[in-house]
Amino acid sequence: MRASHLLLAGIAATALGLTPVLAQESVKIGVIMTYSGQFADAATQMDNGIKLYMKQHGDTVAGKKIEIIRKDTGGPAPDVAKRLAQELVVRDKVDILAGFVLTPNAMAASDVSDQAKKFMVIMNAATAIITTKSNYSTRVSQTLPQVTETLGKWAATKGGVTKAYSMVSDYGPGHDAQGGFERAFKAAGGEIVGAVRMPVANPDFSAFVQRAKDLNPQSIFTFVPGGAQPAALGKAFAERGVNPKTIKIFGTGEVTDDAALKNMGDAALDIITAWHYDHNHDSKLNKDFVAAYKKDFGGDNPNFFALGGYDGMHLIYETLKKTGGKADGDSLIAAAKGLKWESPRGPVSIDPETRDIIQTIYIRRVEKVGGELKNVEFDKIENVKDPVKEAMKK
Amino acid sequence: MATADTPINAPGQTPHQILAAGMRWRPIEIVFWLAALLPFVVAPDYLVLASQIAITALFALSLDLILGYAGIVSLGHAAFFGGGAYTAGIIAKAGWGEPLSGLLIAAIVAGIFGYASSFIIARFRHLTLIMMTLGLGLLLHEAANSAGWLTGGSDGLQGVRMWPLLGTFSFDLWGKVAYTYSLVVLFLLFLVARRLINSPFGLALRGIRENPTRMPAIGAPNNAHIRKIYTIAAAMAGAAGALLAQTTETVSLESLGFQRSAEILVMLVLGGAGRLYGGLIGALIFMVARDQFSGINPQYWYFWIGILLVVVVMFLPNGVLGGLSRLTSLWRSRS
Amino acid sequence: MLPPALGVLFDGFAYGMLLFLLSVGMTVTLGMMNFVNLAHCAFAMLGGYVTVTLMNRFGWPFFATLPMAFLISAFVSVAFERVLYRRLYRASDLDQVLLTIGIAFISVAAAAWFFGTIQQPIQMPSYLRGSLNFFGLNISVYRLFLVGTGLAVTLLLAFALEYTRFGAQVRAAVDNQRMARGLGINVDRTFAVTFAVGSGFAGLGGALAIEIVGLDPSFAFTYLVYVLIVVSVGGLGSIAGSFAAATLIGISDIAGKYYVPQLGAFLIYLVMIAVLMWRPAGLFGRR
Repeated sequence: MRASHLLLAGIAATALGLTPVLAQESVKIGVIMTYSGQFADAATQMDNGIKLYMKQHGDTVAGKKIEIIRKDTGGPAPDVAKRLAQELVVRDKVDILAGFVLTPNAMAASDVSDQAKKFMVIMNAATAIITTKSNYSTRVSQTLPQVTETLGKWAATKGGVTKAYSMVSDYGPGHDAQGGFERAFKAAGGEIVGAVRMPVANPDFSAFVQRAKDLNPQSIFTFVPGGAQPAALGKAFAERGVNPKTIKIFGTGEVTDDAALKNMGDAALDIITAWHYDHNHDSKLNKDFVAAYKKDFGGDNPNFFALGGYDGMHLIYETLKKTGGKADGDSLIAAAKGLKWESPRGPVSIDPETRDIIQTIYIRRVEKVGGELKNVEFDKIENVKDPVKEAMKK
Repeated sequence: MATADTPINAPGQTPHQILAAGMRWRPIEIVFWLAALLPFVVAPDYLVLASQIAITALFALSLDLILGYAGIVSLGHAAFFGGGAYTAGIIAKAGWGEPLSGLLIAAIVAGIFGYASSFIIARFRHLTLIMMTLGLGLLLHEAANSAGWLTGGSDGLQGVRMWPLLGTFSFDLWGKVAYTYSLVVLFLLFLVARRLINSPFGLALRGIRENPTRMPAIGAPNNAHIRKIYTIAAAMAGAAGALLAQTTETVSLESLGFQRSAEILVMLVLGGAGRLYGGLIGALIFMVARDQFSGINPQYWYFWIGILLVVVVMFLPNGVLGGLSRLTSLWRSRS
Repeated sequence: MLPPALGVLFDGFAYGMLLFLLSVGMTVTLGMMNFVNLAHCAFAMLGGYVTVTLMNRFGWPFFATLPMAFLISAFVSVAFERVLYRRLYRASDLDQVLLTIGIAFISVAAAAWFFGTIQQPIQMPSYLRGSLNFFGLNISVYRLFLVGTGLAVTLLLAFALEYTRFGAQVRAAVDNQRMARGLGINVDRTFAVTFAVGSGFAGLGGALAIEIVGLDPSFAFTYLVYVLIVVSVGGLGSIAGSFAAATLIGISDIAGKYYVPQLGAFLIYLVMIAVLMWRPAGLFGRR
């Protein structure tokens, strides 16, 4: 009896051990990004973040194999993004939609996520209202007002300025950034002395900078899309003789991104930016992340896009663990709500009410450390929620 | 279908005979349209793509009317496509989500835009004409970006909700309704285009394309003809834009952009300009190739599309249909 | 103290010189052979990548890379001309568009493959950075350098076209290709050389543009529209026209942004439309 019991138990154990292998199913993730075109670099970095996470944590979670299907929208093209999302759901039978560099694409795919009840992880797109479009979407990056309202309040209260001039790109995100900064800056007693909106397709900033300089404002707030423009803007400041020491320059993280710093050189010194991540952030977790990333991807530092991909995968893995591998939208979004984790950027969590990220916003200044330009964090504001959705609640 | 465009100088035929011959349905055309139904059976997973191919084909057809038949090279044709898309989208957003009336209104609005700009267009030829279309298109693009309160700016138009088609068929995730709707509209407007180019008016247009200085000499009102076809093409492009807006329930600035204008030109030339089916075939080849290449290689698919274009130019001049028709006539004369 | 208007004028002029370098080659190829080369900016992009690679990977000084940017772009373009373009001289414009767009697509993918999608970093030597104070005006040293280069190239081209035998052949071929052939001018060879020189200047322009507008694989398309605008406003085949058009576009762009920033994005297009309404063949065009 006993022996047979043992035998049975043995068989059962073997069977159990084998079961996950035999019955292993996959969880498919459809990643929709701008792999080609003007925003290809953002997608490349995010994709690297995804690859790195999967390399470090294996491609199996909760007994399920993770499969990634990559799709390219080629730029801001919501019609294409929506079609790709539909095809991923209908044809490839994906369980999760992820990626999204640009807002219009994320908005269009949200419709599909909502209709098909698919979990959706936004790894970059930063317009506040995106997550309101689907009940199954969550975001691991940031919202622009989260950053710029924080910066506006900080500038007026601790930044030592009462007047600011605003220079932003004339398109959706630029308007959001400007709105966020102005609201908070004014609420904290500051005054906006002037504003200009610059064309998005704008190769040369010198005229706008000259205009700002003629007013000799106490400070300048600026937002331009990442890529070629931050460096061009920084150089225009230097050429026109706008010195960040005398006229304070505030911006979002894109303005002093690694590539931009390399291009600007010393002209970038003393620019103050607010952002949620920089590869110089001082923590063990981040140092390991940066080292691993540099090793795998040709020595480039990871930026916030790469972090978005990395944290997005982390969120997917953790939620799958919580649901025990169940990949339907309802289970996953329930698991995501309130999820807390330690990211390379610091502690973050998903707001259970809005499904948006809550995180620390760092105030950094460009300084020369060991002969290299770096964003040095010197102040931080913890547990920042998206202010737009907070305001909507009231 | 390569022979759909009757040669103008067919010997021993009266113009009426030529036009009548053009209107006759060839077996291969019937096969083509029957084949357009195949996706429902063969590839039901690809209906969303099929619907966007049909929409792009309609857009290419509209460009063919002015480029292939009247010789107006446009790098700003997306202005009408986007104009139609925004019109349809804004009507739906404002609370009138009925697709058919939205489509009609969008086409009319785009047609009005087309008519207004045709007065400028008709004055120019060659590079100047191309640059005028480009400039007007870019101006409209910038205007749409500035008018964020109306268009949603670069975030795209949000809140477009369509009612079910004919009150019964709502747009589904599989794209069944979207493809049926797009294909039917494409077919009906194709019939219109087919009728147009095989009419005396169509012949006059081809005359303008071949020799714009001689046509007025034989008493043809060039400018009036150009204005007319430009307006029709604009309305048709507007209808295509409206279809895209309605089937995807979103509109972006890109629908007005330079890239879309350039891409549709590439597709039309790829298929063969000045042939009724050129735009259709071009859109089909380009969109399928793009979907396949970018599925396999999302980062570098441009390379393969580029190779495709170069190969087509080298081996099939005048587009795929032009090249094929030359090859078939060579083959015929040899046998 | 000089009024700020002069500073705006100067900045616009410098920007115009950049546009001139980028577009002068296209003016000639379009005017001379009626060849529509939409891959023109791909050669400019190539020049940019040559400079970046030589500077960052091989440690060359900035100035030494510029001739290489010119030469490599010129050589590569001539290879394309010999192998692909020449077969299409008598083909329709539309086939030329298709071929050259195809090549531009390939160049974008190739640039992304070899150099990555990243914005290329470039550090100008210290003597080209910062600005000079000229009677109260801030004059950027780099822009001064751009203006100098632009003027030097213009003079060189004007001289070469006006006073050399080859220049005369080019002018003859632009004016009346059939007649030129009839007179025994080897138009194809003239064209190949002109084409190479034009692409070389585009490459130089691409190298010089990095400091102002950056460089990534989308460069091949981003600047195409500007180049087309300069060419059409200037008039086909006219170098003086391109110079005037580039200056006009550059200055009106910068001045527009300075004085009426609300019109910033529209102004270039409005200027182009206005000029073409007034002179459909462009400022200096004859056809």
